[in-house]
Amino acid sequence: MAVVVQYRYSEAIHPLHAVLLSGAASLFLVALLNDVAYANTYEIQWSNFASWLIVAGLVFSGIALVFALVDLCRASRRAPGIGVYFLLLLATFVAGFFNALMHARDAWAMMPGGLILSVITTVLAFLATWLGFRTPRFVGREP
Amino acid sequence: MKYASVLVALSVAAALAACGAEPQAVQYGANPDLPEPRRGLLPNMTIAEPVQWGDRLPTVPEGYRISAIATDLKIPRQTLLLPNGDILVAEGRGGYAPALKPKDVIAAYIKGKGTTSVESGNRLTLLRDADGDGVYELRTVFADQLNAPYGLALINNRLYVANQDELVWFDYEEGQTEAAGPPQKLTDLPAELNHHWTKAMTASADGRYLSVGIGSNSNITERGMTAEADRAVVWQVDVETGASKTHASGLRNPTALTIQPDTGQLWAVVNERDEIGPDLVPDYLTAVQEGGFYGWPYAYWGPNVDDRVRPQDPEKVATTITPDYALGSHVAALGVDFSNAAMGDAFADGVFVGMHGSWNRAEPVGYKVVFVPFSNGVPSGQPVDFVAGFLDENDNTTRGRPVGVTVDPGGALIVADDLSNVVWRIVPDAAGHRSGP
Repeated sequence: MAVVVQYRYSEAIHPLHAVLLSGAASLFLVALLNDVAYANTYEIQWSNFASWLIVAGLVFSGIALVFALVDLCRASRRAPGIGVYFLLLLATFVAGFFNALMHARDAWAMMPGGLILSVITTVLAFLATWLGFRTPRFVGREP
Repeated sequence: MKYASVLVALSVAAALAACGAEPQAVQYGANPDLPEPRRGLLPNMTIAEPVQWGDRLPTVPEGYRISAIATDLKIPRQTLLLPNGDILVAEGRGGYAPALKPKDVIAAYIKGKGTTSVESGNRLTLLRDADGDGVYELRTVFADQLNAPYGLALINNRLYVANQDELVWFDYEEGQTEAAGPPQKLTDLPAELNHHWTKAMTASADGRYLSVGIGSNSNITERGMTAEADRAVVWQVDVETGASKTHASGLRNPTALTIQPDTGQLWAVVNERDEIGPDLVPDYLTAVQEGGFYGWPYAYWGPNVDDRVRPQDPEKVATTITPDYALGSHVAALGVDFSNAAMGDAFADGVFVGMHGSWNRAEPVGYKVVFVPFSNGVPSGQPVDFVAGFLDENDNTTRGRPVGVTVDPGGALIVADDLSNVVWRIVPDAAGHRSGP
């Protein structure tokens, strides 16, 4: 007896969700680059830029987190792998938050902790983004 | 609101944790304890909440009494006693450094909760007690439309005022209650950003120079080194030409200057850096040595390196002078003046220091006026509370925050309070004055 399973893609993540998710990754990455610039030059303005970029990254990833939570709660959107994606995004947000506090220290007091946390946040953000987009969002249906 | 309470809760928790573990650090004198620098994820911030005086008064030692000689001022900071006994009060609020980081926005909001909401007076108010009964019945605006005036000095017939951006002068005749016209400019003062805006000032003993205290443009260089040109210094300004030179440097925020009677030596109280722990770095009282470097930003309390500064400067660290007398970390000393015999035997030889009070400490400190006894011309012994009762330690509320202190040669201490917007006057009972309102 042949069973034909026809796969079709479910809806992709919401376009706004997608923008916020990839935006957060970019913001955290640029913050990291600014930290590197500060570490190399001692020019304080780089660390100011980094501080604001991290806050922007937190806003973006925070709203994306709400989208992910909603997806997680709705059976029709609960694609396989979305749980891991959600946890990674949550970890990104938490790391980013601690990074924001670290960046609130005056002058060189944010180093090296701020740089290390920027690396961690950025890696987490890219992993979360990868999973957010690649999650196999298809559902098997019998014809 | 919520954010502040969370911070307060966190800092209280930190304080409780600290109480059990560590002995109380010695915070005053020539050899204060200097613990290792530390800072949690959040800086400790405890702002004493302002409340009204009601029927209460600040407390003073037995044998002294205190009265409010002027109320409803517009942020009184420093006072100057004129030769005829009149008191000039500089009123205002300065500074316009923008928020550079998200942290600045939040910190400014929290610190703002501990200050007055009254608008900046930008003026000098004159107070007169013509009949000597201790009630200052005459009150006039001596000059207005100034720019955050702070330091005041009188040399002969010229009254000098240190605005936050320039040093100006008025002609002054004894008995005058109002300036004859707008002021003349002597010189510009460093005014970029004005993170620390107060320009403290005093006249040299020979009347040829004005010393001007110019605070740093940051806590610890977080606004960049270029913002620190001509900052954290005491200037010496020639009153004839307006020419200025750096008299001493590395004084993070020299908030009050005074000349020692007899010796003519310049003394300063200086506010030290924040955010490396509740018991670092002590604010201090020191004789200001000509050409001396006092550490900021590279070092504190002598050659203790501040690791937050990049690039570092080991040569400057090596030349750092250790100040004379620690007043306690975060107390925010904003006023200093030498006492005299008319203040009574116990308080005759020494200086009074006005302490605005802390923000960067779980347990608030300061919020009072202390007397630092001297012997042989140098500080000796422990500071003694002279005016207290501003802070209520039970519920962390405060009724006032002392700033400038001025000793009346006739035997009175004048204290400006920029939270309750009052000028207080403390006299020995023996002085025979009637208590004011």
